[in-house]
Amino acid sequence: MNEQKRAVSYLESASGILSWLGTSDHKRVALLYLFAASLWFLIATLLGFSLRLELMFPGKQLMTAQTYNAVFTLHGVIMIFLFLIPAIPAIFGNFIMPLQIGAKDVFFPRLNLFAWYLYMAGGLFALLSLFFDGPPDTGWTFYVPFSIMTQTNVVLTTTAAFILGFSSILTGLNFITTIHRLRTEKMGWLQIPLFTWSIYATSWVQVLATPIIGITLLLVILERVFGIGLFDPSKGGDPILYQHLFWMYSHPAVYIIILPAMGVISEIIPVAARKSIFGYKAIVGSSLGIAFAGSLVWAHHMYTSGMSDMAVLVFSFLTFIVAVPSAIKVFNWVATLYKGSIVMGPPFLLSLYFIFLFSIGGLTGLVLGAASTNIHVHDTQFVVAHFHFVMFGGTAFAFIAAVYFWFPKMFGRLYDFKNAYRGSTLLFIGFCIHYFPMFILGLQGMPRRYFDYVPRFATGNFIAGIGGMTMMIGIFLIVYNLWRGLRHGERAPQNPWGGVTLEWMLPSPPPTENFESAPEVKAYPYDFEEGKKL
Amino acid sequence: MYKHYTPVEQVDMTFYYILGISIVVLIGITIAMIYFVIRYHYKRNPVATQIRGHVGLEILWTVIPSLIALSMFYFGWISYLDLRKIPKDALEIQVSAEMFNWFFGYQEGKESQNELVVPVGRAIKLNITSEDVLHGFFLPAYRIKMDAVPKMTTNAWFYADKEGEYDIFCTVYCGVGHSGMHAKLKIVSKEDYERWLKGESLGEKSSNNH
Repeated sequence: MNEQKRAVSYLESASGILSWLGTSDHKRVALLYLFAASLWFLIATLLGFSLRLELMFPGKQLMTAQTYNAVFTLHGVIMIFLFLIPAIPAIFGNFIMPLQIGAKDVFFPRLNLFAWYLYMAGGLFALLSLFFDGPPDTGWTFYVPFSIMTQTNVVLTTTAAFILGFSSILTGLNFITTIHRLRTEKMGWLQIPLFTWSIYATSWVQVLATPIIGITLLLVILERVFGIGLFDPSKGGDPILYQHLFWMYSHPAVYIIILPAMGVISEIIPVAARKSIFGYKAIVGSSLGIAFAGSLVWAHHMYTSGMSDMAVLVFSFLTFIVAVPSAIKVFNWVATLYKGSIVMGPPFLLSLYFIFLFSIGGLTGLVLGAASTNIHVHDTQFVVAHFHFVMFGGTAFAFIAAVYFWFPKMFGRLYDFKNAYRGSTLLFIGFCIHYFPMFILGLQGMPRRYFDYVPRFATGNFIAGIGGMTMMIGIFLIVYNLWRGLRHGERAPQNPWGGVTLEWMLPSPPPTENFESAPEVKAYPYDFEEGKKL
Repeated sequence: MYKHYTPVEQVDMTFYYILGISIVVLIGITIAMIYFVIRYHYKRNPVATQIRGHVGLEILWTVIPSLIALSMFYFGWISYLDLRKIPKDALEIQVSAEMFNWFFGYQEGKESQNELVVPVGRAIKLNITSEDVLHGFFLPAYRIKMDAVPKMTTNAWFYADKEGEYDIFCTVYCGVGHSGMHAKLKIVSKEDYERWLKGESLGEKSSNNH
């Protein structure tokens, strides 16, 4: 440990704000993303919480219907474009992926920093939309013709999403090139750790799918500004065309969001169990399978849109096909625990919560994939619950797990474990209380994006509100605890969890250049044979 | 296999089928996970057995979920077909959505707002369109939902099997009044329906809300 301390860590290598804003170190860029994305997450969480409070009782509580509509739009836009899509790839993909493959940096370090500036510019545009003509009230889906007719500021927000898409494409491109070209010499494709594999699969989706949303949002802007009649039926346009274009990106985007989360879980579980991951190749294959098949199911958001029954048949079928690789991953994770030697830790506890919540998200997705049941629950609270189980219970829980897992590596400090358990468990319990009632509300017929509701939906909404409050306490405790750890935490050892991938062979925090000499690569990336002693 | 059941019953059976299997799978995964975490805690099992995979097991848990998924797809599709197969003798009613109201037009020239009145014992075909933006016609009691698209007519149907009053909601977000875009379906006796068409108001007798 002392011996490795000789190398100056990336945190201490330079100081001053300019050394951060002009950095080309992938680890520093990752931290720039971490702080920006965490801030957006907290803002969007507060917006979501205010929606929950508004809905606790029938009638108007906190805000007008117009404000409510703007708040759920901003909640969605910020969460999806500014937090969920960049969070795990841009933060942990940036920090950990090059370390896992024994690289000194990403292939295009300057492009990496530029992508962060684009990300900040996108965020700035999203903020600006608040101050001109009122915030947008279209929902994050920007469905036409409403988004063309509304008086609020749709153009600024779509521009924000357009710029953010740019950032996402460049990051994906950078990561693909890095994984192809900068792997340490001895590392073949089947020695690549699973988190890096998930980043690789995700990056392809980012590069291939994101241009479609770019074009689509530009078309919306053209339609709004010049009224050329692409989507507006009163001018001969077709609103269903818009929905196809929108979901052609936005469904793959869901996989951009969940795949890296699965990668995080695939790292944490074998480390906690001190045991090889069960079915390495199956997990790699399912990541690639999800990335591929996930690009072909977009119109399952559109069974009631007025498209043909033949299209419903095809997209329902493909949706069930893409369900299988996700199921395989869950089985592999659980099987990894079998005959392990399990050490509990905050990242592992969150991974267990993840498996439970993500399974519910996936299984309720089957209800939405089947044609007839979809008709009943489409556009209801059921969809909102399903989506949050996958996005929050899935990706956001995996995000927190990733923070807990790699925090010691990134900052060289530990946080308090007891508070980490408490915060995560409060968040988990609150989550269940919040979102379970929404499945019931959806089955009972309460539509989504509702500011107010008929009296028979009151109980479910009230209970959900209690869950929301519990979640907020949990989030507050988690953030406070991490902040304390950052400032006053104990010094972290090089390998606090007993991991075997390459990032754990470096000091915590790592030096700027990462590896002084080419690291040794294991023939099998999850070989815990040597770690037997404990 | 579903022939003897109404479309609503078929949809509900598909719900039970998918949700039932899902609950079993979820419980299985959760119990296995918790059991392993306790049983193989490092204090009880200090040395892990290194198992890298098992081809047979992995094939098994790829093939079986695939078959289950395909069966879900099949039941979902079969029951969907009956939601889409509109009986020839159905009574046609025009549905038009406009921020933030529902308008219903009947063959005899009668019109109504936010109140869809139909006679009991008939299949009802709805021809749905919109005057402005997208809306969504949702009748939870009969498990039907169809978007209202401007310059386009979409269809849905249900069999009005029981007198009563049911909710109609708008499901495609349409602006500030979206959640208030609420109408009632009133299924009344054939006689009441005929009288209502001629301009008489409906008696306030039946209101067994669903």
